[in-house]
Amino acid sequence: MEKAIKKWFPLFALPTLVSFAIAFLVPFAMGLYLSFCKFKTVKKTEFVGFDNYIKAFSNDKDFLNALWFTTKFTIVSVITINLIAFIFAMLLTKAIKGTNFFRTIFFMPNLIGGIVLGYIWSMIINGVLYYFNATITTDANYGFWGLVILMNWQLIGYMMIIYISGIQNISPDLIEAAEIDGANAWQRLIHVTLPQIMPSITICLFLTLTNSFKLFDQNYALTAGAPGKDTQMLALDIYNTFYGRVGYQGVGQAKAVVFFIIVAAIALTQLYLTRSKEVEN
Amino acid sequence: MRKFKKVLAGTLAGVLAVGALAGCGESNGSSTNNNTTPTNNTDTSGVKSIYFLNFKPEIADKYEAIAAKYKEEKGVEVRVQTAASGEYEKTLTSEMAKSDPPTIFQINGPVGYENWKEYCADLKDSELYQLVSDKSLAVKSGDGVYGIPYVVEGYGIIYNNAIMTKYFATEGAKAASMDEINSYAKLAEVVEDMTAKKADLGIDGVFAATSLKTGDDWRWQTHLMNMPLYYEFNTGTGDVITNCLEAKELEFKYADNYKNIFDLYTNNSTTEKNLLGGKTVADSMAEFAAGKCAMVQNGNWAWGDIKAGGVVKEEDVKYLPIYTGVAGEETQGLCIGTENYFAINSEVDEATQKASMDFLVWLFTSEYGKKAVVNDLGFVAPFTSFGDDEKPTDPLAKEVLAWMEKDGFTSVKWSFAGIPSEQWKNDFGASLLKYVQGQKEWTDVVADAKASWASERSA
Repeated sequence: MEKAIKKWFPLFALPTLVSFAIAFLVPFAMGLYLSFCKFKTVKKTEFVGFDNYIKAFSNDKDFLNALWFTTKFTIVSVITINLIAFIFAMLLTKAIKGTNFFRTIFFMPNLIGGIVLGYIWSMIINGVLYYFNATITTDANYGFWGLVILMNWQLIGYMMIIYISGIQNISPDLIEAAEIDGANAWQRLIHVTLPQIMPSITICLFLTLTNSFKLFDQNYALTAGAPGKDTQMLALDIYNTFYGRVGYQGVGQAKAVVFFIIVAAIALTQLYLTRSKEVEN
Repeated sequence: MRKFKKVLAGTLAGVLAVGALAGCGESNGSSTNNNTTPTNNTDTSGVKSIYFLNFKPEIADKYEAIAAKYKEEKGVEVRVQTAASGEYEKTLTSEMAKSDPPTIFQINGPVGYENWKEYCADLKDSELYQLVSDKSLAVKSGDGVYGIPYVVEGYGIIYNNAIMTKYFATEGAKAASMDEINSYAKLAEVVEDMTAKKADLGIDGVFAATSLKTGDDWRWQTHLMNMPLYYEFNTGTGDVITNCLEAKELEFKYADNYKNIFDLYTNNSTTEKNLLGGKTVADSMAEFAAGKCAMVQNGNWAWGDIKAGGVVKEEDVKYLPIYTGVAGEETQGLCIGTENYFAINSEVDEATQKASMDFLVWLFTSEYGKKAVVNDLGFVAPFTSFGDDEKPTDPLAKEVLAWMEKDGFTSVKWSFAGIPSEQWKNDFGASLLKYVQGQKEWTDVVADAKASWASERSA
């Protein structure tokens, strides 16, 4: 059997490997190469070495500012999203009437695209701020919290579903045993529920972390970086560098490579850390 | 397992190699027909479709109709795609990288040509260039002609004469008619008095909102900026655009004049300063069209927006030059020029280049095409194929033409074509937003504008 798998593996895996290579590996390699080039369109390139990387960090403070803003945003939104999603999941796994209805409702925002959400929320937030004689672009803090609210609104439902399935998978025996041993609700939560749903936590943290860090649509539609570039996140800064500045395509590309390395590093570290806490059933 | 890894590595390496080779092949192919010029006897019968990337969103549907007609008459499909407001460079960059790139695109002047020179075909022998009435308007480099101007536009302060008449009739009015307003001092006096009486006049403010939303701030970072640029670089020697283009540094000598008019706009606006960051050009035009304000700075392309409102009467829509308090501005006219030049993509094959040129020639010479240009697109087209009676009849275009011919007045040339980059404009726009929100001092706005000019020019 194993021999047969070995023999036929290349043949059956080939279509997937080829499409993976075409759709992912080749563009990735090209992107990496382009980050060392000066170019206008990808057909005509001129090799310039590390010039683009130097420019990305030295020419203006935009990239570093965006990195700092993105980091702040990611920290705040990862904490709030996971905390609130977990609380909702706990509530909706209790025997309350209409849990299914609520689950559906909370999940719905996730089905709307980021650009649409951004415009809807910019109308809502501007509508409210209007009474205080301001708009979302009046102050960078408004933009920051607007993004946090938007991101929470969109992702909480999704994370909640993942937590719910984790919680429902906990064997009732474990809870019962803990109750008999005299554990109170808090102890049950910390010592039984949390370790048991560690896989859900891993996946939720991964999703929120990467989604927040890579956020683009919502940022673009809600504030577009205004005022100035104070609410510009990394992905938007890369987009603006690549498309908005003549002769800076290579610099945008270099920023994108740096961005990739950061996201990969964060995601892998997080996966390693939370994985190590997962318990075998 | 080791064998599997080998196979995997082999497959991947193979695919990479194929991709890399394909990449090389493409660049070789495109460089062979680089900078070829379509000659008049090129056979275009094989060309089924051409691709026009349109710059003006406000007339996108009009182009669609023209394209349909062209297909019906000549059998060549014209694909029209329109870039969203403020997104043209981005759209063009990504479209150009595709295997089916735009064949007709637009550059915004000498700076735009610098960016796209490898893609601009030389048009000096083309039929359309022969038709250009003022050849000095075209974008040239060396012996070649790379951008053909296709519309002459004018902007200034558009005002609603009905509201002005109402104001002149009020007690203690600072002027008796529009003719008296021929300087910044007078304009400011009148505007401030109008603001005091805005309840009686039935308006929310004198000026429509100074739209400073990102992407909607071009009326200030580009068009209004033209005033200080024109006065700084119109030195009497050489062409003003060339002077501006060659300036390594911006002195911003007329920064105070810019501040004069910009403050007048924002202090006497329909909208509180802190709300301006959320306003779009469309919002401002809607306010003017609904009669909620008396004045708005914009150009003749905005007639469609005003007409759509249906409140302001056609005969009440008039122009006033933008006065900023420069000595001798009494004889200053509107800002007249163009930033719209057609370019033909030199990277596509000759037949397609020729077919693209054929479409433009048809648009500006055929009976149907000319009618569409004048009535639907509303262009004041700078071509000899248009007679005196073939001019747009909308009130703003008529006003532009009237101002151009007014005796004793000098039109302000569009000098902003010499601004170093789009980045400069965007940075300046962002600065202006912070300034109106009270987060930036005017001196810093000026200092940043100068610093950004120097660094962008040297980039």
